[in-house]
Amino acid sequence: MKVCIIGCGAIGSLFAAHLGRLDDVEVWAYDPDQAHVNAINQNGLRLTGLSDIVVRIKASNDASAIPPCEFGIIAVKTMHTRAAMQATAAIFRDGAVCSVQNGIGNEEIIAEYVPRVILGTTFPAGHITAPGVVNHDTGGKTKMSPFPPKPASMEEVRLLADTLIRGGADIEAMEDARGALWTKVIFNSASNAMGALTRLPHGVACDQPGVRRVMRELVAEGKAVAQALGITLDSDPDALIDYGREKAYQHPPSMLSDVLNKRPTEVDALNGGIAAFGRQTGVPTPLNAAITDIIKGLEYSWREAEWRNLKP
Amino acid sequence: MREIKRICVAGAGTIGSLFAGHLATVAESTVLVRRREHADDLNASGLKVSGKSQIQSRIIASTNPADLGDVGLVIIATKATAVEASAQALQGHFPNAIVMTVQNGLGCEDVVARYGDWPVLSAVTFMSGRRHSDTHVEYELDTATWLGPWAGSSATFAQAQAVESLLRRGGLKAQAFPDLLPAQWSKLIFNAVINTVAALSDLPHVKAFALENDPTDLGHLVRAAMAEGKRVAAACGVELYEDPWEMNLEATSHGQTGNEDYAHAPSMLEDVRARRATEVDWITGAIVRAAAQAGVPAPINETLYRLVKAREASWKLKHPT
Repeated sequence: MKVCIIGCGAIGSLFAAHLGRLDDVEVWAYDPDQAHVNAINQNGLRLTGLSDIVVRIKASNDASAIPPCEFGIIAVKTMHTRAAMQATAAIFRDGAVCSVQNGIGNEEIIAEYVPRVILGTTFPAGHITAPGVVNHDTGGKTKMSPFPPKPASMEEVRLLADTLIRGGADIEAMEDARGALWTKVIFNSASNAMGALTRLPHGVACDQPGVRRVMRELVAEGKAVAQALGITLDSDPDALIDYGREKAYQHPPSMLSDVLNKRPTEVDALNGGIAAFGRQTGVPTPLNAAITDIIKGLEYSWREAEWRNLKP
Repeated sequence: MREIKRICVAGAGTIGSLFAGHLATVAESTVLVRRREHADDLNASGLKVSGKSQIQSRIIASTNPADLGDVGLVIIATKATAVEASAQALQGHFPNAIVMTVQNGLGCEDVVARYGDWPVLSAVTFMSGRRHSDTHVEYELDTATWLGPWAGSSATFAQAQAVESLLRRGGLKAQAFPDLLPAQWSKLIFNAVINTVAALSDLPHVKAFALENDPTDLGHLVRAAMAEGKRVAAACGVELYEDPWEMNLEATSHGQTGNEDYAHAPSMLEDVRARRATEVDWITGAIVRAAAQAGVPAPINETLYRLVKAREASWKLKHPT
């Protein structure tokens, strides 16, 4: 079996490493970072932290160098989904691509480029410490299911899941994983956005007067949209926020790190995704729309040349 | 009524300096400041106004109102956060003065009234400038100051007109209204949104605030939040003088300065950048309180308000980020 990881950053590397342990799987990694690609090809892909392992996989930043694959696992940040799929579509002309990204709306984009799509949502975390080296920070389950209207077959989803499980990953193949995906998105729409806008770690932000209430209101909008879409959440995002406050009080959500480093955020796929599906289903999402606009405004503020020169 | 021959500006920040510098050309201009050195510098060098006006004015400054003589008009030009302290300092002084507040938002008049029974004029000002030093202010936007008698005091429209006339003779744009609430609310709704969105997005008031092409363009947020404010005003029985959205369009069309590159940095943005307490309690907070009282939902204004409050709180916390 051939599998190509699209975007071999922290999350992509965790999947690549699991698969790389299997003799019957040929693992490719497509990643734009030349130094990372070179390091992987020369020294293998190394995980530290929770996992301590080096696997031999093949990496390239040139999609045409990668052979056709049965499966793709896309792990790029959401704003790069389209560009990544444009570049790699030919690899999966007969294959299925599974998203393990944040947010909603990725699968819809992937479906424009490949015949079969697997919806996925993942909870482990890691971070790149050097080219070719990723620290595995936390473990967690990945849930996946066929994505209509361009679904991979259930057999295909199970095959990918079983393969990853043989490689040591915690995977659940399901008929419908949208509940898990939306639970995480709704949680993130509150935790990430409030962290980014208050510049505070998750738990500290929760404890500011008024902030927890905004989080609750964002969650309520997200739940209403999920309900209108016929999605049953697999847990209460509000309870996850409280749980996160207990367990990860000083954890800076990724969008906070993005804002502090003036990097584009994933807000389009989080609050923006909820607002977009709200518009589609006629469910009002004024706060998710407002938060999206503010974060997009913040990103815009970093491009001073652009707003300085905007003509009437 | 008596002609106003001597005035006192309490607080010589940008706006206070613009009032003091201009009015010095038509009255004895005194200034009440907090810092001793500030008073000394003003007494020694006077106050220079550059930009839209060119004035070198003589100023009498002190940290003690007792040094400033009998004035006919006091303009409280501190930030809303400092009005309480200013009013306290004025208590027992200037028995013959009209007191005018020019703060953003609502509620400063009530604070002043707790410290004396002066006739109180409400004012909102649209002029802006840049403070180069304690003794030099640049006049950037020569837009109007609107004023009117505050209903909670004995002030009359005639007194508002007298101040209007004084400001105009001093080279400033001014307009007196029998009832300022419609104008005050127009600006309140405008500021409640523009200031918070600027503060949270780190953007000056650029054209993007009026754009509505993409779903994520800021204009959608600005329009929706202003619509909430308009519903609150209506529920409070206030008929607006100007549509805040039109004010937004006007302010982002480069008409005001003729300078293509100009984008005004609202004071709340400057406060957040400098990690200073903002006026959000008087501005967006006033909308939120009025909405709660009137039973009108204003979720976006509430959220903007809470986010700015949380941002202020974050500066006092120790955390790894």
